[in-house]
Amino acid sequence: MQAAADLINAVPFWLIVLVKSGIVLLVVITTFAYSMLFERKIMAWMQLRPGPNRVGPWGLMQPAADAVKMMFKEDLTPNTADPLIYKLAPFISLITAMGVFAVIPFAEPTGTGFFGAIGDVNAGILFVFALTSIGIYGISLAGWSSGSKFPLLGSVRATAQMISYELSMTLSVIGVLILAGTTSLMGIVHAQDRVWFVIPQILGFIIYVITAVAETNRAPFDLVEAETELVGGFHTEYSGLRFGLFFIAEYLNMITVSCLATLLFLGGWNALFGLTFIPGLIWFLAKAGAFLFFYIWLRTTLPRFRYDRLMDFGWKVLFPAATLNLVLTAVVVAFWPTNG
Amino acid sequence: MRKNLFNVGALFHGFRTTFSYFFYKKPTIEYPSVKKQHAPRFHGLHELRRYGDGKERCIGCELCAIACPANAITVIGAENTPEDRHSPGERYAAKYEIDELRCIFCGLCEEACPTDAIVLTPRFEMADYRRGAFVYAKDRLLVAPDEGVGQAPDERPNGIPSDLGMVSEKKSTVDVATGYDATARGKYLKEHRRGLAG
Repeated sequence: MQAAADLINAVPFWLIVLVKSGIVLLVVITTFAYSMLFERKIMAWMQLRPGPNRVGPWGLMQPAADAVKMMFKEDLTPNTADPLIYKLAPFISLITAMGVFAVIPFAEPTGTGFFGAIGDVNAGILFVFALTSIGIYGISLAGWSSGSKFPLLGSVRATAQMISYELSMTLSVIGVLILAGTTSLMGIVHAQDRVWFVIPQILGFIIYVITAVAETNRAPFDLVEAETELVGGFHTEYSGLRFGLFFIAEYLNMITVSCLATLLFLGGWNALFGLTFIPGLIWFLAKAGAFLFFYIWLRTTLPRFRYDRLMDFGWKVLFPAATLNLVLTAVVVAFWPTNG
Repeated sequence: MRKNLFNVGALFHGFRTTFSYFFYKKPTIEYPSVKKQHAPRFHGLHELRRYGDGKERCIGCELCAIACPANAITVIGAENTPEDRHSPGERYAAKYEIDELRCIFCGLCEEACPTDAIVLTPRFEMADYRRGAFVYAKDRLLVAPDEGVGQAPDERPNGIPSDLGMVSEKKSTVDVATGYDATARGKYLKEHRRGLAG
């Protein structure tokens, strides 16, 4: 046992991080591919259709077929586009969407830190919000640099929508930070040992869920893409692999938001009903998966918001509610200090 | 706007509806692998029948061509001779062509035929890549000599049904391979109809 520990300690830090990053990247990309199939299947079943079932058993090879299709499509650049920014924009979206997974802890770290997260940053939540905010540039620049009107409208909407909803989202999360007393994602999960933050922060949780949908441009807040009115919005002009990158980024953001909801409000890898014999990683994946399912369920159920109502809702309902939640939490923590 | 935003009951109603549909049996018939059984009197591809002794029923009278509202049928008759006998009577169809792209599958040719020679079968899969391939001549219309007399015209097992629609609905929705009855699903939906439609 001692020998094994020595061996582990002998491995250089950069190698551990490299291996962990590789594993996380692989898992996340696979999850992306299958969350796409997952979404198509669930949507189909909710609409009384069988869904993709031609490629492989139960359509399980569909993601591979889609990937091959994407790769062989022609990569178009419109004459009116700004070539450099046009080509750069999908990468901004994708890199920021992937970078977030560097700080997301998936399970309790064991032993010498081989498991858990790639890096436990003490300002993890700030890192996540900083990166996702940069991700918006990908969408805005893509729309602007396409040099055509629908993408421009899409990116203008994206900018306005993101500013309105990011504010409420951050405010709703601050309540959790006050309760946990830390900005480290691991620390936040540890603070939920006894009770999940979804119970004291129920208002914050509801605001977070709504704003998270708006942040990731998903129905019913998908005005940025809005196929029926903007023909795809910011990615109208994109095709082939570059379109695929936006697609990956969107789904990775979905997964990120689900993971964050799990970490901040649903107790991370803490077991429910004392079922501790099930590993924490399974708990984490189950909770994030349930959140993803809810996301898709939402998409099949609700029609798209009208743009002015979206802004109204963001500023006149969510923002005051998030502020109220923040003030209430602060007052309660200040005047009834528990044994924390 | 306020009223709509805070109508949480409607929200839950919607969520419940989509979630319950998640578990329903799907009415999709997976066409190439599962085929729908059509009504017995479905109007599909034409067929020229024969008599039991192998002779053609068609006498080249061109009544079908005259009856055809789409001018899809071309018939050119010729005289039978003792050496070259095609049909029992005096004449036969030397050339019989139906342009299936013009045909509207109304079945008037079938009704006009005095010898029950031309009938519409339930076969419907005739897709092709060339327009010319849709002009069906005798080589494809006529029943092969070793395949009997062909489809009986207008088969009604129990006489003329009082409600034609009911019979066809019953027959056409049973999926042969799985035995799945789509009308049962329709009945269920009708009974449990909710929301706007109700």
